[in-house]
Amino acid sequence: MQMSPGLLLPEIIVFTGGLAVLLGGSFLPRQRQWIARAAAALALLGAATAAAVAMAGPAQSAFAGTFAVDTATGAARVIATLATLLILGVASGELKDSPRESDTYALLLFATAGVMVLAGITDLLVLIVGFLLASIPLYGIIGLTGGRLGAEAAVKTYLMGALSGILLMLGVTVLYALAGGTDYALLREALPTAPDAAVGTGILGVLAGLLFKAGGVPMHFWVPDAAQGSGVTAATFLTTVPKVGALVAVYRLVATVSAEEHSWLLVAALLATASMFLGNLAAYWQTDPRRLLGWSTVAQVGFLLVPVAAAGRSDLALPSLLFYLAAYAVTNVAAFAVTAALPEHRTLAEYRGLARSRPGLGLTVLVALLGLVGTPPLAIFVGKLTTATAAWDGGHGWLALVVVVNSVISLFYYLRWFAPVFARPDSQAAEFPGRGGMAAWPAVTAAVAATASLALGVLAGVLWAALDGPGIL
Amino acid sequence: MSMLSLIVFLPLAAAAVLAAVPAIGPAAARWAWIAVSVLEVLLVAVVWAGYKDPGPNGLAFEEQVPWIPGVGSSYHVGIDGLSLPLVAMTVVVFLACAVYCLRDSDRPRVQAALFLFLQSMSLGVFVSADLILFFVFFDLSIVGMYFIIAGWGHGNAARSALKFFLYTFLGSLALLLGFIGLYVFSAPHTFDIPELVAAPPLAGEPLAGGLVLAAILVGLAVKTPTVPFHTWLPPAHTDAPAAGSAVLAGVLLKMGAYGFVRIAMPMLPEVWRAWAWVIVAVGIVSVLYGALVALAQTDLKRMIAYTSVNHMGYIVLALGAAGLLVEGAEQARSVAVTGAMVQMVSHGLITAALFLLAGVMQSRAGTYDLGSYGGLAGPAPRYAALFAIGAFASLGLPGFSGFIAEFQIFAGSVAVAPVTAVALVGIVITAALFLRALQRVFTGPAAGRSPGFADLRAHELWSAGPLLALSVLIGVLPLVLLGVIEPSSAALVELVGR
Repeated sequence: MQMSPGLLLPEIIVFTGGLAVLLGGSFLPRQRQWIARAAAALALLGAATAAAVAMAGPAQSAFAGTFAVDTATGAARVIATLATLLILGVASGELKDSPRESDTYALLLFATAGVMVLAGITDLLVLIVGFLLASIPLYGIIGLTGGRLGAEAAVKTYLMGALSGILLMLGVTVLYALAGGTDYALLREALPTAPDAAVGTGILGVLAGLLFKAGGVPMHFWVPDAAQGSGVTAATFLTTVPKVGALVAVYRLVATVSAEEHSWLLVAALLATASMFLGNLAAYWQTDPRRLLGWSTVAQVGFLLVPVAAAGRSDLALPSLLFYLAAYAVTNVAAFAVTAALPEHRTLAEYRGLARSRPGLGLTVLVALLGLVGTPPLAIFVGKLTTATAAWDGGHGWLALVVVVNSVISLFYYLRWFAPVFARPDSQAAEFPGRGGMAAWPAVTAAVAATASLALGVLAGVLWAALDGPGIL
Repeated sequence: MSMLSLIVFLPLAAAAVLAAVPAIGPAAARWAWIAVSVLEVLLVAVVWAGYKDPGPNGLAFEEQVPWIPGVGSSYHVGIDGLSLPLVAMTVVVFLACAVYCLRDSDRPRVQAALFLFLQSMSLGVFVSADLILFFVFFDLSIVGMYFIIAGWGHGNAARSALKFFLYTFLGSLALLLGFIGLYVFSAPHTFDIPELVAAPPLAGEPLAGGLVLAAILVGLAVKTPTVPFHTWLPPAHTDAPAAGSAVLAGVLLKMGAYGFVRIAMPMLPEVWRAWAWVIVAVGIVSVLYGALVALAQTDLKRMIAYTSVNHMGYIVLALGAAGLLVEGAEQARSVAVTGAMVQMVSHGLITAALFLLAGVMQSRAGTYDLGSYGGLAGPAPRYAALFAIGAFASLGLPGFSGFIAEFQIFAGSVAVAPVTAVALVGIVITAALFLRALQRVFTGPAAGRSPGFADLRAHELWSAGPLLALSVLIGVLPLVLLGVIEPSSAALVELVGR
């Protein structure tokens, strides 16, 4: 066992990039903050490259077995950094020349670094560190970019975060006491002989913490408020990037504890079902597109938890989870970026006639929302197909049925959004802004992300080959 | 790129160009649409000329490229005697729609792009030899149709389009669930259709097999549609534009029926046989219910929509009968399947023509209400003649394709299961309702909105006319079509009997 800090190069790049942006940004005039943005983008690109290079190598562990550098970590790093890169495109529209511009970029980078750490951790004590690293910058981002509603969202998120952090630490303490250590390899051996009730309490506590980060039921209450109330940059980030790290962490934990005790797979299946149904049904009558998307992300966490229920039981489980994460990241960013491109249009009805005056943006809405439904050949379709297959292959055929039913349910509220987009415009409807100006960056970002979701679906075989590696350590 | 890929993706490429270049004028867009459709017909003619029967579970013009090897799915296309006639029917129906829309003025560029997109997806369904590829095209055809109904429909188009989308999307996802089931229970895991046919999964597992078949049947039954999953069809047809209705009835409904012969029957032969009586019963109910409800309609489009339920019922009935293993009835079952396939082509041509002709009513007088017309043969003799031909073709008069189809369906089915003769009543009712409609609308003194009703114009005549001419051609020279279908239906019967 050795330190080998070189294995954490991507995280180090992102974190030092964040420091550089924070310090450098303080010395930049407000009109030249784009330099900070460029530096942040450079750090993210560098980290993504380093992570991709590391993925090609063998799976290894760093820091005395507390951090795994395997396919799952590699994929999570690449997805998280590239998603944050896209979010910088969203931020360019909202934050350009604003007083808090470089501070926000720095916080985005710190949070991303935390998410990357969270994905690779194989030790409960370090998991707490990863949780805090990924959470604390998030509270700052929500508070910084939102207005009056943003303050409420920040407080709500902070309180939920504090509660789930305590539950997480409680769970870790219990498991530490039972197993005599916090290493996942040790837990795998020690927990099956420990008392069931105590083990259950411990694991549920840890899961609660991770579900807060993922924004899944029952720790989801902050998601719709934060998605609606905070600035669009924060909303996009917090509904996209933290899920990447949290769900990989959930997968690692469930794979560890379900090695002997199958019922944890059922728990994952039930959590998935609850998230899907609650998120989808709550999204039904929302009129604010951002709040609708907030609930939709809760449902998406449910879909993402489906392969977790097949952890260790199906060869498809891990690659399908990673594929879905990549697909979800680009599709969700595309949907939020559309709302960033039309910052004044805060109800679904106001989107009426969009396709006639802005055909490109209308098409992007369509691709993003059909993508979230899971229409082929968009990326999430391949994600849903493979995750449902993994669940059935792993012995939970009913979960595949739940996925299908929820996809149908979700179509209805996505239709409530994109049907007006393609309808005849009202005579007294609000004007849509032109293509240039502040909203140009988010519109371009939305188009890029939507194209990526199409490309990931059509070229699914290529990405799948990269994810179908040795799995987790 | 092979012929089939060219046929599938040429309209898609044309659609992309039309959608992406706003500078293309309305006239250029319409003529480009027609040009691509003509080219498609020619390409399919070349394929038909070069087609040789590939043998049981074989595919002609086959092409396979890995897509997602990790889950055993590939871009695999090919045709046989079951798919080639439908491919040919599809390109003909789309060409007729392109000609019909020659005088449309409502956003012709986007309209042409959407129809070409839909044409690609429809052709893709019929040539797919991989379940996931099949599903991709199947699902996207729904999206394309949604926009055609919502964007160019009339009346309560938004609501009908929504109902259509939700209902058929539910069906397609049930289908997907069935596909996943087939994958999970196959060894080695694959989505490849010929491989699944060669080694049918779920053999000897009646419960799991029944559930997987149920999912697939529900998915296909929604699309076909059969009773009780047909309720989305009448509103969708009523509010869809004429060309949209023609494609919906002519091509999209066939995807459901085609799924039975391509997927459900050869991959789940045991459960198909076990459930054959249920399928026969659903077919009989669809035939009778569709005919009776059609009889009660006063709206022409709703009436034709319900006759579709009736006509598709014959197909389901025949395919169910093909699953009834009766001693020495191999030949009869094969005849039933051949009849079902001919019916798919025949219904596609005739109903598409009828919906295009119904669209003429809407464009002239703004209503489909049968009671609003009378003596229309006076002011519009060509329209009356063409409509009468369509009606006679639809009710299965000898000399038309419908007769060849329904004769074989009943000859095969009754030999296997005499009780299916009950469905013959459906033919009588259909005959009655078409004759009554003809009488109300075309005979007697000109009344209601008939006076001043302009007769068919060239683009209307040359869209519906050739479809009906083809129906006559098949009725008179059925061997052209039967020669292609028969070897494949014999092979299918063989597969179901395993």
